[in-house]
Amino acid sequence: MYNSGKIIAGLAVFLILATLPFLFNLGNANEKIEPSINTPEINAMPVKQCVESKAFMRSEHMQLLNDWRDEVVRNGNRIYTSRSNGNQYSISLQNTCMKCHSNKKDFCDKCHNYMAVKPYCWSCHIEPKEKGL
Amino acid sequence: MSMNRRQFLTLAGVSTVLGIGSGTVITGIGKGNLEASQASPDPKAKKAKRWGFVVDVSKLKTGEDYQKCIDACHNIHNVPSHKEKRHEVKWIWTDNYEHAFPNAAEDKFMNKELQEKNFLLFCNHCANPACVRVCPTQATFKRKSDGIVMQDMHRCIGCRFCMAACPFGARSFNYIDPRPAVKVENKEFPTRMIGVVEKCTACYERLAIGKMPACAEASNGAIVFGDLEDPNSEVRKLMAEKYTIRRKPELGTQPSIYYVIGGGEHV
Amino acid sequence: MFEKALSGSGRYWAWIGFLLAVIAVGFLAYMKQLNEGLGITGLSRDVSWGFYIAQFTFLVGVAASAVMLVIPYYLHNFKKYGKIVILGEFLAVSAVTMCMLFILVDMGQPMRVLNVVLHPTPNSVMFWDAVVLNGYLMLNIIIGWITLGADKKQVAPPKWVKPLIYLSIPWAVSIHTVTAFLYAGLPGRHLWLTAIMAARFLASAFAGGPAILILLALIVRKYSKFDPGTDAIQALAKTVTYAMAANVFFFLLEVFTALYSGIPGHAHPIVYLFAGLDGHTMLVPWMRAAAILAFIGLGLLIYPKTRENEGTLKFALVAVIIAAWIDKGMGLVVGGFVPNPFEGVTEYSPTAPELAITFGVYAVGLLVLTLLYKVAIAVREENPAVDH
Repeated sequence: MYNSGKIIAGLAVFLILATLPFLFNLGNANEKIEPSINTPEINAMPVKQCVESKAFMRSEHMQLLNDWRDEVVRNGNRIYTSRSNGNQYSISLQNTCMKCHSNKKDFCDKCHNYMAVKPYCWSCHIEPKEKGL
Repeated sequence: MSMNRRQFLTLAGVSTVLGIGSGTVITGIGKGNLEASQASPDPKAKKAKRWGFVVDVSKLKTGEDYQKCIDACHNIHNVPSHKEKRHEVKWIWTDNYEHAFPNAAEDKFMNKELQEKNFLLFCNHCANPACVRVCPTQATFKRKSDGIVMQDMHRCIGCRFCMAACPFGARSFNYIDPRPAVKVENKEFPTRMIGVVEKCTACYERLAIGKMPACAEASNGAIVFGDLEDPNSEVRKLMAEKYTIRRKPELGTQPSIYYVIGGGEHV
Repeated sequence: MFEKALSGSGRYWAWIGFLLAVIAVGFLAYMKQLNEGLGITGLSRDVSWGFYIAQFTFLVGVAASAVMLVIPYYLHNFKKYGKIVILGEFLAVSAVTMCMLFILVDMGQPMRVLNVVLHPTPNSVMFWDAVVLNGYLMLNIIIGWITLGADKKQVAPPKWVKPLIYLSIPWAVSIHTVTAFLYAGLPGRHLWLTAIMAARFLASAFAGGPAILILLALIVRKYSKFDPGTDAIQALAKTVTYAMAANVFFFLLEVFTALYSGIPGHAHPIVYLFAGLDGHTMLVPWMRAAAILAFIGLGLLIYPKTRENEGTLKFALVAVIIAAWIDKGMGLVVGGFVPNPFEGVTEYSPTAPELAITFGVYAVGLLVLTLLYKVAIAVREENPAVDH
């Protein structure tokens, strides 16, 4: 073929660039992600239940937080009635969610880091201080 | 039907763009997950048709009296104190008569004491706000329930059109990261991030649980907060007894802060 | 046709390389701004719009000025503009691209820009600005590319382009009117709260834009075989003359109203710009230079002998462009914020990172312009323009 030198060199460069993400992670086995709910606040709860069920939260917490922020800031509604357990909660990431899940590094960050997701919630909403730090 | 390669590629490209574009717009505008019954207001919340303030600065005698009101607001809202004046963020501050009411100034025969008296200035929560009119995303909006001009920090794109529109200089922009400059941290309230506009929001988070705005509470009666549409409210009674003025009323924004002039024995 | 932009002389590639270098520096500065915030610029709580928005305002005018070619050629069959219309349309594409980039780099949270589409707000002038700018960009890209492609094939362009061309005429006026409305509807800024803002914007645009286009046409003539024609250039120069006369006249009207009425709030911004306020005089030399250049340029343009002589014409056009740029690109935006709502003065001047980002955006615009002009010139060198 014409220009075979340039073409083969170009193909090699392309292959390396395209497979860079995989090359970077060579050797990192697929670790099981287990967010930890081992916090003093959760341990002290008689019945360990969140605002909604674990399955719902795992798939929907992003949408729930989106809806929550519009309800509080735009509609002035601060009380949330849970679908799964009928309890009423105060709508607040900082003062409700993070009060129980006070271990951001072992809970929120576990999945977010694995998925390379960087939600900017905590640029504003103050995260709870790690215990002992 | 016969079509050459160029026509096929054009059709494919246009369909892709339209498909992705409309898909994004449709799902983006779509409703969230919550049913209407799931979110409700706190029964303790204070309600009004139109919130307003009456500010009587004759009740503020020393510098500390003013500072107490400012600190009450800035501390619980994590308002940063930056080193450089051009980056300053302030929700409530003081300035003298000439600067607060510049159109009425240039009067050399005016009462000297009034001319030098400090006034407390903050967002007027106008009934016809220019800032709301210009915001391209409704990040700043007027609450239908009680007339407070709100700020949605999540939606603000930082275009600063509202800052140009506000005739009262009530708004601040986060030019640099506010967190290092927050002197007193309130863990129950968020900070802001760079690139969004902020201002006094009439302590909506306190009103929602039945409390009064922080500045009013700390002002020892100098700032009175109430429902302007309720003829029996304290603010209306004060406005009936005393002479009050508003900042730049000729601009038609209908500010909701009424400043008492000539209150007390001294102005 | 785009392959024509990928072949060129050593000088062409050196110019492209230079532009890419400026873009790279601007990009790095922008990364710093994304990380640290707009605090790295000279903006302040009082002067919350500065160099970026000022460049946007000036360039919207340049973009709108393509209409000064489209109206005579398409509405009034002024054949002399046949060769030069494509240059005007591509200049509009480059200018609108720069406008949108300047808005993007000015935003505090640019990643949220789609909120303007997700939450459309018809009462906000900025929403309409986004709509008309994007529409105008699309219009000019389509019209320019299709008409040029038709020239390449030596046929008349397809019939459906004609309605788009006619649409681009009021649309061009609308982009600059809507931009003027950004300023003219704000109740607290005395320099801007004037009905003549939109008219002044258009006059300044129709002076500065065609002036830039003439200079570009002269550059194109020097470096390629494509000659837009002396008649076209002279006709365009007459457009610049009348537009600049209107621009200067409108500005003097503003000065009269502000100073003769004697209303302090009304007069203070103009006094700040030309004489200084409370000892703050940063913009005074610039504004006075702009006034002098405006009169010199206008004089040279009005007097036929100096307008027809290309040497003096070039000088007059540069003077007009600089005067229009200082007026819109420096005086207008900053002057609106001085004095502030409390009648105090906070001055503004751009910082080095701010300038780096500005130059980077200008380099992007020049790159777009270079590539599009290269295509246009290459096509026209081979094929004359088809009458349509």
